[in-house]
Parts: sequence; structure tokens; C-alpha cells
Amino acid sequence: MAEGRFKVRRRAGLRLWLSAAWLILLVIVALFAPYIAPKDPLEQDLFAGRLPPFWVHGADAAFLLGTDSLGRDVLSRIIFGTRIALGVAVVSASFTCIIGAALGLLAGFYRGWVDVVVSRFIDIWMAFPPVLFSILLIAVMGPGLISIILAIVVIDWTRFARVIRAEAMAQGAMDYVASARVAGRGRIGILLREILPNVLPIIVVLLTLEMGIAVIVEAILSFVNLSISSDDPTWGGMISEGRTSIHQAWWVLVFPLITLFLTVLSFSQLGEGLKDRFDPVLR
Amino acid sequence: MSFLEVRNLSARVKGGGPLLRDVSLTVEVGEVRGLVGESGAGKSMIGKAILGILPKAVEITGGQIVLDGSDLLTLPPAARRVKVGASCALIPQDPLTALNPSRRIGVQITDRLVDILGWTRQRAEERALALLGEVQITDPTRVLRQYPHELSGGMRQRILIASAFAAEPKLIVADEPTTALDVTVQKQILKLIAALQARHGTALLFVTHDLGVVSKVCQNLSVLYAGKVVEDSAVADFFRAPKHPYSAALLAATPKYTDPSAGLQPVPDAVIAAVRAEVEHG
Repeated sequence: MAEGRFKVRRRAGLRLWLSAAWLILLVIVALFAPYIAPKDPLEQDLFAGRLPPFWVHGADAAFLLGTDSLGRDVLSRIIFGTRIALGVAVVSASFTCIIGAALGLLAGFYRGWVDVVVSRFIDIWMAFPPVLFSILLIAVMGPGLISIILAIVVIDWTRFARVIRAEAMAQGAMDYVASARVAGRGRIGILLREILPNVLPIIVVLLTLEMGIAVIVEAILSFVNLSISSDDPTWGGMISEGRTSIHQAWWVLVFPLITLFLTVLSFSQLGEGLKDRFDPVLR
Repeated sequence: MSFLEVRNLSARVKGGGPLLRDVSLTVEVGEVRGLVGESGAGKSMIGKAILGILPKAVEITGGQIVLDGSDLLTLPPAARRVKVGASCALIPQDPLTALNPSRRIGVQITDRLVDILGWTRQRAEERALALLGEVQITDPTRVLRQYPHELSGGMRQRILIASAFAAEPKLIVADEPTTALDVTVQKQILKLIAALQARHGTALLFVTHDLGVVSKVCQNLSVLYAGKVVEDSAVADFFRAPKHPYSAALLAATPKYTDPSAGLQPVPDAVIAAVRAEVEHG
């Protein structure tokens, strides 16, 4: 029994550290992109178009992961794309989390008319098809980073609100909340000191999952050309461009795709790992 | 004047039937009063009404709850919370959900003393330590740093008892404090509650369905049927000669460990019909 528990914990630890390592690497890369990137990500060199990655015959050692059809360095573009991907992920997930968690906590704990209003609002909100909704939103506001972030926040807050509402409701029915009320704690006090700590593990999981989702959404919107201008390097934009030349230059599509995949996977694994850390029962 | 006086309290489920009908009972300073009845009789509702933690679906339709001279039901909510918080405490039924799982034991006990009663943290911690000693927890310093899941049900109930007595309340509502525990642990917990009650002189409203428990810890008891008090007696008188036929049937239904061959005596249908008619029409 004790041994089994130890094993589970160690596995969770490995998962946590691997995903954290990848994300920390990305953060460093994003912060120091101009110093790390071997080339200017926007510099075109039509004579060096579609060069393969370094281990393939015919490669140029100066372009480690090859070049796209305009002769731009794939590695440098991935590195600069990290900035946009992480920026969008962190900012949009944070706002989504704050709005969704606040509404969910209020609805689940106060119940009554607050709950009715928030829940009906969520129901109505979720009836909109999310992809069309975001495309519509961006079409109205014009493409750009702010539009993408706003689209993610506006669509995804319901994800937080629903889960956290349910959890706040379950916690609110526990005897320890009744005891706190008897002791004379006010509602805000109970919400912040008794309920929030118990909802925190779920908030953390949702937050990291949301960051992964935000990375995907940004990539999708870049793919359909609704993100920022197509010159600026984004992972989704690169995948989109690589799609047209997949038979001649697979690396233009594959490398950003792998990066995207690892990043999204790391976010979700980080969430799971952190949940185990935060949850006193599993700790 | 009694410390707690519940007068003609009535409550019902919003848009539904009555839960409490004209309930009156008193708890004197230092008295232990048992509140017995079958499941759904409204025992816990009375405790919750006193402490102001009724579920939202329940509304009070009449009566008074006079605590230390002031009617709680007419006090503004904030004043009521302060009044109840300063003079009452709850020992809840289920020790597994009554402690916040994500906070350390120590903080959960001291927090309320510091935040609500304005004690210094050091004084509160000393108090918590002393109380854990009083409820016979070995190594209290370590337990204060632990999380609820690291402790057994019995240990948690001891901590809840310590926590209830922490602010020296004048009245404690114990809502079936031993129901969720093993029979062997029940006895220890009962002794502990009785000992602390005697030492601190706290009035205790003991909600239970176990007449054996009542005979051990209570001085007086109220018998509840379908939200109405059908008998209010001293415990000694009750066990010698219950006044109400329903009480007598309830007493007869208690299994006798001294005479196992007697079997179980269900409350007769006639008695139930009579008491139901009395409660609903009288």
C-alpha cells in the first residue's frame, strides 16, 4: 500500500518535471528569441528556398531545420513563434480563468438568483458554435493579437464557470462551511478562506489546460489566416504555409507541428501534475 | 430566565409541508438537553435554526429563538452572526466533511479565534494546544500541523470537539456527534463530550436518535415527532415513566442488551396513528 502510493507519486513527479522543463525552455526561448535565433525570421532568401534539415542530403548547416519556400529559416521562425504562442496562452488563459472562476464561484456558492442568471447565461453562451463565433468576432474586430485573446476569453470562460460552479456548490454543502458560518465568518470570508482553497486544484488544472487550448486556438486561427499578418512567424501560420508544399518540403510543416504538439501536451500534463501537488489528500 | 428559549417555532419547506410545528424548548446555563426523535422528525432542523444555518429551502414561519435575552429571528443578519458566533458552537455529525480538507488542523482551530474574536495568534495557538491535550490527543504539536485526511474519524471528531470548546461558548449544539463513528469510538467520544461539558459548564443541546446516549449524558430531554415536541421531561423521569404513549413505545423499541431474547419491539401502528393525528390536528 505504502509502496504503491510512493510509486504513483514518483511517476506523477516525472510527468510534472518533464512538462515543466519543456515549458520553461519555451519561456526562455521566447524571452531571448533575438539572441537565440540563428537568423532573422523574416529574412527571405529565394536562392536558399526549401533547404532540408541538417541531417538530410543537400542541407545547408546554417539552416538547422531547413528553410521554407521563401528561404526563411524554419528554426528561427519557430523560436519567434514561441513568443506569440506563449503570450496568447498566458494572457488569454489568465483572463478566461479570472472571469470564469469568479462567476462560477459566485454562482455555486451564493446560489439563488446569481446562480440562475449565471447558469442561464452559460447555457445560452454555449449554444453558439465556438469556431463560427470566434471567426465572426475577429471578422468584426479585425485580425490581430488582441482579437485572438478576446475571442478565446469570450468563448472559453464558460468552461471554467461551469466546472467551478459545480465544485463550489459541492464544497458549500460540506459541514465545515456550516461550522465556519456558526463561528461567525461572513460569506466573503467563507468563499475566500474555506471554499477557494478547495477549488484551487481544479482551477490550476483548468488554467493549464486552457493555456494548451489557447495555443491550439491561436494556431487554428493562424491557419485560417485570421491571426496576425502572415509575415510574422506563428506556429499555425507556418503549418498553414507548409501544407501547400508538404510533398516537396515536409519539414516546414512537421517541425512547428511537433513543437505545437509538445507544448499542448506539456500544458495538460503540467496541470495534472500540479493538481497532485496541490491536493493535500494526494500529496 | 433560560439561556436559550425556543418559543413556538414553526418552519416549513418553501412551498411545501411543515417541518417544525410550534416547537418550544429551553436550555438553561450548563444544562445538557437531549433532543430525540426518529429520522426526519426535525431534530437537526431545530439545531440549525438556532445556529442560523438552515438550508435555503427552509423558511421559518413563526415563533422566537431567544438566546441570552435577545430574539435571534428579529436581529439583523450581521448582528445575529456576531451573537451566535460569540456564544455558540457546533459539533457536527460527520467528522469526515466537517474539517476543511485543504487546511491544516491548527489553522482551522486558531483561525476563528484570531479573525473573529480578535485573539493574538500566539494566544490562539496556546489555546489550541491545550484543548487538543484536553481531548486526549497525543502529540498535539504534530497534529496541529497535519491535514484532516491524515487523521482517523475518531481523531477528527476529537478535534471538532476541541474546536467547538475553543472560544468558550455558552451553548454547544451537538448534531448526532457519534452517529458516523464506530461503536467503540462512540463511547470514548461521549465520555469526552460529557467531561468537557462538565469542566467548562457549557450548555449542550444534544441531538440524537439514540436513547442510550441520552441516558448517559443528558439531564432533560425533548421528544420530537414529525416536527412537534410530544414530551419534555427530566431524563430520570422519562426512563422511569414516560408521559407520552409514543415516548413509551420508543423506549420499548430500544434493544435491550441485558435481555437479547426479548428481540426488537417496533413502535405499534396504533401508537403511530395516534401521535400522527395529535401532531397534525392538535
